[in-house]
Amino acid sequence: MLIAVLALTILSALFGLLLGYAAIRFKVEADPIADKIDALLPQSQCGQCGYPGCRPYAEAIAKGEADINLCVPGGDATVVALADLLGRDAKPLGGDQAGPKPKMVAFIDEQQCIGCTLCLQACPVDAILGAAKHMHTVIRSECTGCELCVAPCPVGCITMVPLEQTLATWKWPYPAETTSWQPQPPQECVQG
Amino acid sequence: MLFRLSGSPHLNVPDGMPLVMRRVIYALLPAIAVYVWFFSWGVVINILVASVAALASEALLLQARGKPVRPALADGSALVTAVLLGMALPPLSPWWLTTVGTVFAIVVAKQLYGGLGYNPFNPAMVGYVVLLISFPREMTAWLPPRDLTGFDITFMQTVSAIFTGSLGDGLTVDAVTSASPLDTLRIGIGMAKTVDEVVLSPTFGSFGGKGWEWVDMALLLGGLWMIYKRVITWHIPAGVLGGLVLIALIFHGIDPNRYASPLFHLFSGAAMLGAFFIATDPVSACTTPRGRLIFGAGIGILTYIIRTWGGYPDGVAFSVLLMNLAAPTIDYYTQPRVFGHGRS
Amino acid sequence: MTKPRKLWRFHGGLHLPEHKQETCHQPSVKARIPTRLILPLQQHIGQPAEPVVKVGDQVLKGQVVAQPSGYVSVPIHASTSGVVTAIGEFPVPHPSGLPAPCIVIEPDGKDEWTERHPVADYRQLAPAEVRNLIRAGGIVGMGGAGFPTFIKLDPGPDKTVETLILNGAECEPYITADDRLMREQPHEVIGGLMILRHALQARECLIGVEDNKPEAYAALLEALRAHPDGDGIQVVQIPTLYPTGGEKQLIKVLTGKEVPSRGLPSDVGVVCQNVATAAAIYRCITAGEPLISRLVTVTGQGVAQPRNMEALIGTPVRELIEQCGGYAGEVEKLIMGGPMMGITLPNDTVPITKTTNCVLVPARGELPAPQPATPCIRCGECMRVCPTNLLPQQIYWHARAKDFDKAQDYNLFDCIECGCCAYVCQSHIPLVQYFRFAKTEIRAQEHERKKAELARKRHESRVERLEREKAERAERLRQKKEAAAATTAGGAPDPKKAAIEAAMERVRAKRAAAQAAAGGETSNPAQQEPAAAETAQAKETG
Repeated sequence: MLIAVLALTILSALFGLLLGYAAIRFKVEADPIADKIDALLPQSQCGQCGYPGCRPYAEAIAKGEADINLCVPGGDATVVALADLLGRDAKPLGGDQAGPKPKMVAFIDEQQCIGCTLCLQACPVDAILGAAKHMHTVIRSECTGCELCVAPCPVGCITMVPLEQTLATWKWPYPAETTSWQPQPPQECVQG
Repeated sequence: MLFRLSGSPHLNVPDGMPLVMRRVIYALLPAIAVYVWFFSWGVVINILVASVAALASEALLLQARGKPVRPALADGSALVTAVLLGMALPPLSPWWLTTVGTVFAIVVAKQLYGGLGYNPFNPAMVGYVVLLISFPREMTAWLPPRDLTGFDITFMQTVSAIFTGSLGDGLTVDAVTSASPLDTLRIGIGMAKTVDEVVLSPTFGSFGGKGWEWVDMALLLGGLWMIYKRVITWHIPAGVLGGLVLIALIFHGIDPNRYASPLFHLFSGAAMLGAFFIATDPVSACTTPRGRLIFGAGIGILTYIIRTWGGYPDGVAFSVLLMNLAAPTIDYYTQPRVFGHGRS
Repeated sequence: MTKPRKLWRFHGGLHLPEHKQETCHQPSVKARIPTRLILPLQQHIGQPAEPVVKVGDQVLKGQVVAQPSGYVSVPIHASTSGVVTAIGEFPVPHPSGLPAPCIVIEPDGKDEWTERHPVADYRQLAPAEVRNLIRAGGIVGMGGAGFPTFIKLDPGPDKTVETLILNGAECEPYITADDRLMREQPHEVIGGLMILRHALQARECLIGVEDNKPEAYAALLEALRAHPDGDGIQVVQIPTLYPTGGEKQLIKVLTGKEVPSRGLPSDVGVVCQNVATAAAIYRCITAGEPLISRLVTVTGQGVAQPRNMEALIGTPVRELIEQCGGYAGEVEKLIMGGPMMGITLPNDTVPITKTTNCVLVPARGELPAPQPATPCIRCGECMRVCPTNLLPQQIYWHARAKDFDKAQDYNLFDCIECGCCAYVCQSHIPLVQYFRFAKTEIRAQEHERKKAELARKRHESRVERLEREKAERAERLRQKKEAAAATTAGGAPDPKKAAIEAAMERVRAKRAAAQAAAGGETSNPAQQEPAAAETAQAKETG
């Protein structure tokens, strides 16, 4: 009896030491899980999740403070990817969002723009070009569609426009839903 | 003018699964005829009972699952399960036995897993094994061929036996049934007789079980026709029969007194039915060519092991289920080399 | 006769109903100049061309109307003379049915050529010059893919081309455009092959023709015999089997070599060109004519008189159908290409492009839509016919579950979308559709990931910039404060005193400077000499 108790005590002490050593020896400075989560987020920096950007949201998920279904631009695909990474159950997109939105980009009506640079300061990815007193314009290929520039504009000249589909961005539909599809009606100018 | 858009290819073969399933049943017809010739009408009634039970339970389950009933019934898969199970049961099995087996096969082994295409196990064999474990006495009551019993069992007697348990005139089913050839061999070996001594018994024919050898011959013929018609590929039957022959040959070579010849193993029991009709169920079998060979060989070898050292006279059903279990793994490791990829 | 060449075979393949008899015996007909030409800016793989004409411009036949906009790009030429009436989005041959940028020309009917520069003897040209001419001629692979030909002719410095293959297999049902071309213009095909051989310096040349086209085979043999330098060129009859016309499949059949996955034929020392491309190259070099027309098979039970037509690139499909007697009966589908790999058209104003080899007009019931799909029973028939030896049943499983990583593990991207699997599928599952869906979905995800990566970098550098600016501002503020503090610490609140002190400082500095200058002049005159010499030298050379 005594031997057994002794043996177990010694063993647990040994393993405890081992664990303690490993914790020091293999200490990881950064939180790798936050990096991995950040890599899955769409980096639109839109703040729709309630955090000031993708990185803070990733850190919040890693700490267990935030749920995985708050990323609106990422949509269900991101939720599924996060669930996969973290071994959690995927759940529908949170918030009042009813399904993923189509991809949008900001558009500045240059006739109305007064060159106040407020939108420049709001853009998290520096995708708006312009200077004080000069009209601004959006670099479409860099715009993440975060909508952060819409609210600050004092004259309301920024609108979100859906990215139109081109031959390069068109995707084959999922077959179970449809085996044949109809195109948009041909343009009128085609006639003739 | 607007035209319909669709993806290529715009051509496809019009005949689908119903044709395949029909061909399976056609391939079984000669064997059924020989069966009837040697063992009377029992098998036909079994098949009919099983078919009714299969179609009814399939329809019921589809209805309950909210799936379209008519196209699923028309694909013929439930019918094939019923026919195979009907053929696998002893000819004078009581109707409730057949029904219980079929319903279990369709409801549990097939529909509860998601219906056609989603069942990991061969439904007919699941039904068979459930019956074998639950009702061992009924499942080992086989009829000897008619030139052995010395009298013909009429159609009406068969019907009476299956539905009432008696052939009429006070003749019970037990009175006319006996052990199957494989069972006879197993019991004989167990009593320390040599194979040659056992085979002298009238249950045995020229190279297999009496009567059974000809049923198996017809099954072989039907199976070859299916390969010719591209209903099945040659891999699984070749694997099953090859595996069975190989292991039988080894042990027969070691001690011919204790271990029966490969030919005997091929032409008795369910070897032929299993090789061409049961193991080839594509849903639960392997799909890669090499995988199918391994899958078949596994069934052949397991069958021999169960027959020779196991507690049951035949082992096809168990081996098929065991190999069904291994099929996804085998498939994973036997992927063919894709065009343009290295040979490693 | 020499002994027949050893041939190899690829896995799978199909024998399909051919439907070539409808058109293969009729001579091709030159199509009318259409009432308008629609020239899509992208008729090739790569970057679309950029227009160099404006609406209202007068253009001549063969004149460049759009310039290449990158390396993987070729120019587009006016197919006939006329006036540019529009530059904008019009329906093009694309599975989506979406419109794309096009140049529209209203022909003037004069069909007046621009200046042409025929080359008398191509052997005097360096391979690079041949390539440039071929690029300037707007020539792309005419078998369907539309890869710019000049790039294929430049395999790179570290690769040598052993074998040049001309693809005359034409394995898809219904299509006979290449068959008619080989029968009617074998000399142009052989001539083009000679030019290609010269450009590539290839040792061996093979022309692969399926054995269901004996007349084309005979015509090529005849033309080859008549040609002075026909040595080292072999016309090979190959068994008819779909999809032998696939580039990788044909290379395997003729040479036994397998083009590596995601590799190019030049990786195994082979270059493969379509016979129509060869003929276009011949015309381009020897007559100076760019690629502005091609043979197109107009066939199917939905057209009254099926036949081959030599059509100008940009001719709307409808005009071709009208010249073939118009629609016969009810037509609900229009297919550009063959029945196995062709794409459906949204309407009949879509133009013929450089890659259009066939317009298939099926009558109702000729190519019926597949029956509703039933569950996959894993029969493996798809695997048996797959020319790439894939496991379509497994890829399907994962594509359907949108498990794209798994689908790629089963080599989804090796699929050539030939349609064999879907053709034989007993469950009528649109397998190819699932594969295309998975492929485009994976590419889109990849694109999204790259975009997200870019956005992250931009965001990070912005954050960095903001911080730097903040730090700089803080620094400036600190300096200002310090300066202010220094003045206060000096205890000189009296501005007068400070001004005096500053003036005194200036005087002291001036005096010191004057002293230094005087000392320097007297003590060190040698130092200035080399400098003077240098100036003199500079003047001389200048």
